[in-house]
Amino acid sequence: MEIPYTISTRPDTGLWNAKIGIWLFLASEVMLFGGLFSAYIFLRIDSAPGMWPHGLLNVPVGTFNTCILIMSSVTVVLAWASLKMRRYRAYWWYMLATILCGIIFLVVKLAYEWPQKYDHFGIYIKPEALGKHEQYLGNAYAAEKELPPRLEITGHLHNRAALSDPNIKEYEVALDPLNADPTNPSMDRPHFFPLPVTDKIATIEKKDVERATMFLPTHNAYFASYFTITGLHGLHVLAGVLVFIYMWLPVSKKLYQRSPEHLANRVEVSGLFWHFVDLIWIFVFPLFYLL
Amino acid sequence: MDASASVETHHDPHAHAAEHEHHELGWWRKYIFSTDHKVIGIQYGLCGLVFLFFGFCLMMMMRWQLAYPGQAMPVIGKWLPYIFGAESMPDGKMTPNFYNSLGAMHGTIMIFLGVVPLAFAAFGNFVVPLQIGAPDMTFPKVNAASFWAFAVGGVIMSMSFFVPGGAAKGGWTSYVPLAAFDDTGPDRNPVFNGQTLWLIGFIFLITSSLLGAVNFITTIIQLRAKGLTWMRLPFFVWAQFVTAFLLLLAFPPLEAAIIMQLMDRLAHTSFFLPAGLVLNGVPVSISGGGSPLLWQHLFWFLGHPEVYVLILPAFGIVAEILANNSRKPLWGYKSLVFSVLVIGFLSFVVWAHHMWMTGMGSTVSAFFQTTTLLISIPSVIILSAFFISLWGGSIRFTVPMLFATAFLPMFGIGGLTGIPLAFNSADLYLHDTYYIIAHFHYIVAPGTIFGLFAGIYYWFPKATGRKMNDFWGQVHFWPTLICMNVIFLPMFLQGMAGMHRRWFDGGQGWNVANEHTIWGLTGFQWNHPISWAAWIMGLAQIPFIINFFWSIKHGEKVNDNPWEATTLEWTAPSPPPHGNFVTTPVAYRGPYEYSLPGCERDFTMQNEPVEPTERTRRKPPAELVPA
Repeated sequence: MEIPYTISTRPDTGLWNAKIGIWLFLASEVMLFGGLFSAYIFLRIDSAPGMWPHGLLNVPVGTFNTCILIMSSVTVVLAWASLKMRRYRAYWWYMLATILCGIIFLVVKLAYEWPQKYDHFGIYIKPEALGKHEQYLGNAYAAEKELPPRLEITGHLHNRAALSDPNIKEYEVALDPLNADPTNPSMDRPHFFPLPVTDKIATIEKKDVERATMFLPTHNAYFASYFTITGLHGLHVLAGVLVFIYMWLPVSKKLYQRSPEHLANRVEVSGLFWHFVDLIWIFVFPLFYLL
Repeated sequence: MDASASVETHHDPHAHAAEHEHHELGWWRKYIFSTDHKVIGIQYGLCGLVFLFFGFCLMMMMRWQLAYPGQAMPVIGKWLPYIFGAESMPDGKMTPNFYNSLGAMHGTIMIFLGVVPLAFAAFGNFVVPLQIGAPDMTFPKVNAASFWAFAVGGVIMSMSFFVPGGAAKGGWTSYVPLAAFDDTGPDRNPVFNGQTLWLIGFIFLITSSLLGAVNFITTIIQLRAKGLTWMRLPFFVWAQFVTAFLLLLAFPPLEAAIIMQLMDRLAHTSFFLPAGLVLNGVPVSISGGGSPLLWQHLFWFLGHPEVYVLILPAFGIVAEILANNSRKPLWGYKSLVFSVLVIGFLSFVVWAHHMWMTGMGSTVSAFFQTTTLLISIPSVIILSAFFISLWGGSIRFTVPMLFATAFLPMFGIGGLTGIPLAFNSADLYLHDTYYIIAHFHYIVAPGTIFGLFAGIYYWFPKATGRKMNDFWGQVHFWPTLICMNVIFLPMFLQGMAGMHRRWFDGGQGWNVANEHTIWGLTGFQWNHPISWAAWIMGLAQIPFIINFFWSIKHGEKVNDNPWEATTLEWTAPSPPPHGNFVTTPVAYRGPYEYSLPGCERDFTMQNEPVEPTERTRRKPPAELVPA
């Protein structure tokens, strides 16, 4: 028993099976990420003034990762084209480049960007204590410039024991530049190159604190959607890399020798998936880093 | 070789290649880890039936509590604490928590582990490739993966009864914020608790239906036999095609929602939780900023297309059986096809009619009210076409036909009682009453499940080469039909009298259920006939179960086309071998060529070539043509 149109196209549809299959799969993926992005929109529109943070992510690193992914999209097309021209060595090199790009992306994400967030600390001040911390928040200045109210003090937590020890009554925080100098007009908008944490240390009493956590998913709706969406996107990148590694290993060389068109088709459908993963990132990048 | 194959004139030169390539697989590969669409279909079917019965058992237990609240369950009552734990059924008496678990799991199991696997996956897998003349599905391994993802999901869901705290209690809709805090706390495992397992189980079920849907659509597009154009497809294939699209596009947003609820439970995010929640008198330490309404939107974005996932395959099955047993072409084939496509499209824009009570605002309500009423039009077209198909037919009341004809008025009742619910002013009163329960059960229980029974009796000879017993089929059908109506008709009355669907005591403690009588019984007292009918209906399934297994080995042997049907699956041997067809089928005509004028037999199969004289012969007699 042979299933028809696995490699050759069906005359009246002009397609082979897996190509329809992958497009349908991608349609479903659009709905999956569509659901998540609409949740993002819903939560962001719903958020109270000052509760949706801006400029907390590292834009240059995000830009670098965007370039890496776009580059990998180019190399995977070149890999497929090389197979179509039956140049296996070129295919092998382009595929390796694609895999490496995917791995670089994941390493930057998981080993640099995410841990940097876990290390950052944010304190939401109780509404009644906002005035007491005016020197760090500059709400009068913000109101004057028609900026959203500032409810949060961020920076690096010095006394980490304060997180778990109820006997420690205050947090000592090395302030981010905005909280160190809240009335400086250059702090009104986020910076492309993130500014380092200052030496200025603030001591904030726990009784004035509404909520204080590291920048984890639980910190606020923004980080919840950031970690969920980039995490799911990261899983997709990982899946793509694993598939590409399989197609780059010697097993696939055997398939190439038996039926080069079959391998080319496989690279084509996984390439389509890879482009889709890139496309998702093209939405993720502005939504979380820029807007 | 049977009669139908002998009229096959086309001989493909590669036709017998299939037999030469055939090599014996081990027992495990052949029957358990098979990639053959027929085996996978049967696996899905058996699992679906087991889960349907399991879900029904949960309901039979709930019916005891509703009719005799607070009393110890007789006979099985003393065993249940050993199965479900002493804190669920102390001395055979049901606790409110356990009642909620049963309710939530009844809905979940019936829909996602019973009807969908049976209607879509089982019938779709077994019948669709045969009806389109394909050797298998396009991606056999993906097909097997789909079944095994379903199996894992089913095991996780069932297992959740036995973890501390018991299975999910948040209703099959798992509305937040309640569901987000269900089964949390110091004495619950963060992962192995009812609600979290419900969510994890769902991820597997969604994966399964995604893989299945991709496979079905690709198969129908790519593997149709030569000559089997789109308008020659049996209506069942169309119904499955649209169903597959619904599953493909409607399930992922729910998956997104489930991922977010998992994050809320495991990573303590606040996707669905607003600030200021208080749990057991203690303010919850969460960031807030989430929206419970978001969950409802994402849930019902799946939830409503899901209703059509349940009903469309049943439409398809009933269409096949009606045409076959009325010995007449299906009336209005094209309008049926376009109706089913319109239903598929509209089902994506009606979801918020489940949410009238949330106060979305009148503009949003007006939009969804309009689309909800619009979607009734194609449904009515389909049902009318089915009724007209019976008109003037020479009807054979076989067992499948009994179920298929009973489907029509039952679905009609379910559909028409839905119209008041489409108007948000009427729904404000009827919402969350037994009226709703009666309405949607008329659609899925005597509706879809009758369609499924019809399909089982109808295609059983194709799967086994033997027929199920007719007498016991009748013994199964009549009590089931009567009990279904005794169960669900009074619920309309209860609902209109204001009885709430989630009362744990069946209404015993509520004035509204005890003060007024409806036809001599109070709302609460109506629970007695309903519950007894439910238990009698449970007994009425025994003839079916015995008939089903007995007929596999001992049923009456029949030829390859026992119902004298026209579609391609009946040209394959029964049971079809691996690869399905002896000769590659070619279609020359539409799917329902019954009672063609001037033919010897009253059915002409799709693979019978059109004879040159046929066109002239098919012209109506001169005296019938208007001058």
